[in-house]
Parts: sequence; structure tokens; C-alpha cells
Amino acid sequence: MAQTRRTLLIDPLVDNNPITLQVLGICSALAVTSSLKVSMVMAIAVTLVTAFSSMFISVLRNQIPGSIRIIVQMVIIASLVIVVDQVLKAYAYDISKTLSVFVGLIITNCIVMGRAEAFAMKNPPIESFIDGVGNGLGYGLILMLVGTVRELFGAGSLFGVTILQTVNNGGWYVPNGLLLLPPSAFFVIGLLIWGFRTWKPAQVEKREFRIQTVEAH
Amino acid sequence: MPDQPETRKGVIRRFLDMSPDSAPKTVFVAVALCLVASMIVSATAVALRPLQEVNALKDKQVNILQVAGIYQPGEDVADAFAAFEAHVLDLDTGQFTDKFDPAEFDDRAAADDPQTSVELEDDPAGIGRQARYVTIYLLRNDSGGVDKVILPLHGYGLWSTLYGYIAVENDGNTIYGLQFYDHAETPGLGAEVDNPRWKALWSGKKLADENGDLQITVAKTPPPAGREYYVDALSGATLTSRGVDALVRFWLGERGYGPFLENLKAGDI
Repeated sequence: MAQTRRTLLIDPLVDNNPITLQVLGICSALAVTSSLKVSMVMAIAVTLVTAFSSMFISVLRNQIPGSIRIIVQMVIIASLVIVVDQVLKAYAYDISKTLSVFVGLIITNCIVMGRAEAFAMKNPPIESFIDGVGNGLGYGLILMLVGTVRELFGAGSLFGVTILQTVNNGGWYVPNGLLLLPPSAFFVIGLLIWGFRTWKPAQVEKREFRIQTVEAH
Repeated sequence: MPDQPETRKGVIRRFLDMSPDSAPKTVFVAVALCLVASMIVSATAVALRPLQEVNALKDKQVNILQVAGIYQPGEDVADAFAAFEAHVLDLDTGQFTDKFDPAEFDDRAAADDPQTSVELEDDPAGIGRQARYVTIYLLRNDSGGVDKVILPLHGYGLWSTLYGYIAVENDGNTIYGLQFYDHAETPGLGAEVDNPRWKALWSGKKLADENGDLQITVAKTPPPAGREYYVDALSGATLTSRGVDALVRFWLGERGYGPFLENLKAGDI
């Protein structure tokens, strides 16, 4: 399948979104989306890690022995994640305090591994890099959407700026506490998937089997 | 990632052309990759460490300034922090010790070192080992007397150990403020320990009654001792509230800062 660089970048945003279509990276999408600021930093970190790990893996793809390829990918990804974590600690200390656990979890984010294994092992470096950026952005897009809903209705603010004055702080809005807990992201992501598939019916999977109708005689 | 130099085609070229699945190449790729990756990781860690240490120190100082109520956003943290005197306190005697230099003393390392810490059998705060030496901070008033003392405390909540500071007035019995700087409690529930309105509840509360019995408590209903010893528990965060209650009572009790606060009351500090 011939893919232009443009489609490599654009496709993962909606048509082939890693979260809503491939249903990868759900764990971190549940964990970090309780506030927009954290979602955004996580999105940037995953985009960088996916892009660069795909590129490095692609550079080495003809030299990586098949028998240890997953470990090789993991080493490259893990090294990049540690570098990202260290950079955050040095330049964005406040954010790194809330994110440090999740940054470590980028290593196990299926999107990074998924793109390495599915794309970077078979394609040249520049394309792999763009594919990584595209998938990171697709992941980030969903994170931001989920984060907006959760922070606005769960804490009454966006990026920490109060929009709906909550009762705890003397306002009128009773925040929905469920939205601050990770399981609520399941609902939000589920609704998003529903929305995406209504908008683009091509994303609906074919039924794996059909229940036979039994006709009465 | 390892770029192979073009000039030495002989050995390297042959090696590159080797099937990736052959045993020597598998071993070589594994070793080379580990070496390169570990070098990159350690180089980053070493290069960024000074910046990270500055950040961690600044964060700690901001928290101490906040709990003492003298933090002004935007001012130079190190300058403002110069108002504090750091001392290493011997918990057993309640006196400052000069065995350690406060600038060098590492509280978390001291809690792990058998020389400076004890293992707790009865451990309400859930901390395992308690250091017998703790860095505390004094804020002096204009006439040179003690204005406030800033005491570090920590203990287990629901998910995590909460690390914080409590500021106590010079009477050794009135709380000025309590603040946690590191925890991983549930956002919106336990993490409301960071809510300024809840933190404000601590201000002015008393630790012990006239008989010297520790009365301060975090509870759902006021204790019989009276409201001046009572901080309302966080709704929806029973276990975090219990943890805060236990850790405050542990650290300000006999095995924590009790002896020191006695000395402070007696004017010996």
C-alpha cells in the first residue's frame, strides 16, 4: 500500500487513530487525563518517544536479529523514555512530579511498541519518523479531548483555570467526582469511539459471525 | 545509534552483510545496543543532575516558605529562604545536635541508615523506619526569638506516603499551617489535602491540652476535648484522613517532636 508522507501524518488523527480504532494505549489514556496540562505533556512525550524510537528502529531494521527484535525495540524505547523523564525533571519539575509514574509507563504503551513492530521494522527512517509523529498526535488528540471533558466536569477548570466555580471553593458547581477517577475515561473514550464510528462508518468492524435466524416451521 | 564508518569496508562491510539472524550477529547487536543505550542514558542523567537538584531544592524551599506563610510568588526563593535557620534535631533529647551539618544532612538517607534510625514495632504512621535525627527549620522574629518552627513529617495515607511540613508557633502548641509536598492520593478525594480551604482549617489549632496530652485529631466529628483540637476529615477520603491523623499524632507525639516542643515551651531553644 503506497502511502504518501502526508497521509502517514494525517491518517492516525481520525481515520486510523491509535486509541479509537486500534484501541491501543488505553492504560495511560485512563491514567493521565484527569487534567489537561498533564494530558498535554503526556501527549508531547509520547509523540517524541514514538517518533524517535520508530526512526532509530527503522535505521537499524536490517540489522536487528529477528529472534531478539522485541527486546531490541524495548531497549531503544526504554532509553528514550528515561531521557524524556530526565529532561522533564530538569526543565519541568512540577509536571514531572505528577507525571513521573506515567512517564515510566510510556515504555509499556502499546502504541510505541505497535508502531515499532508494525511500521518501523518494514519502512525507511523518515517515513517511520512521520508515522510516529502522526500516531503520537492521534493519541494526543484523544487525550486532549478526554482531558477536556474530565477536567471541566470533574474539577470545573481547564488547564487549572477555573471555569465552573466548585462548591468546595464557594461556588455553585458540584463536580462529578467520578470523572477524576481513571474508570471514567472508559466512558468518555467509549463515547468518542461511538462518535467517530457514526461519523466514519468505515471504521465499524465487520461482524466476526452472525447469529443464524431460525425460522419456525 | 551506531553509524558504521564507510572507510573500513573490509570487516565491517562483511559484518553488515551477515544475516541478522546468525548467532554472532545476534550477540553483537545485543551487546552493542546495550552499550550505546546505557551510555546515552547515563550521559543524560549525569548532565542534567545539577539542574534537577536545583529544582528539587527549590521545590522543598517553596514548600517550607508556604507552610510558614511567607511565600510570595515571583520572589527569589533562595533569598526568601535565607530567613530560616536549619538545624539537625535529635528527637530523643529534643535538642539540636551538631553531629551533622544541616547543609549536608540527608533526611531520607538517615531514615534508612541503621546508625541513625530505628525500626518501629508500633507504627501508626506506616513509615517502617524512623530517623532519630531530623532537619528542622527555625524562623526568628525581629527581636531574635523563635517565631515559628517548621517540622517535617510523613506517613502513609491510602495509596502513598505523604511528605509534608507542619509549622508550629513559638508557644510549641499552636499550629500555624500544614502542607504536604509529595503524595499520590486520589485526585479530587484524598488529594484534597492540597486544597487551600482544607489546609486553612489547621491554622490556629492546638496540639495538646493543659495536661500536656496530645489531642489534635482529624475526624468526622469534633472530639470531646473540644473544637480547637479538631480538623474536619476530608469527605470521601476516609483512609487518607486517617493517615493524616495518624501521622500528625505520631510525629507530634512522644516519639516524634514531643520532647522538642517541651523544650520550646520551656524556652530552651
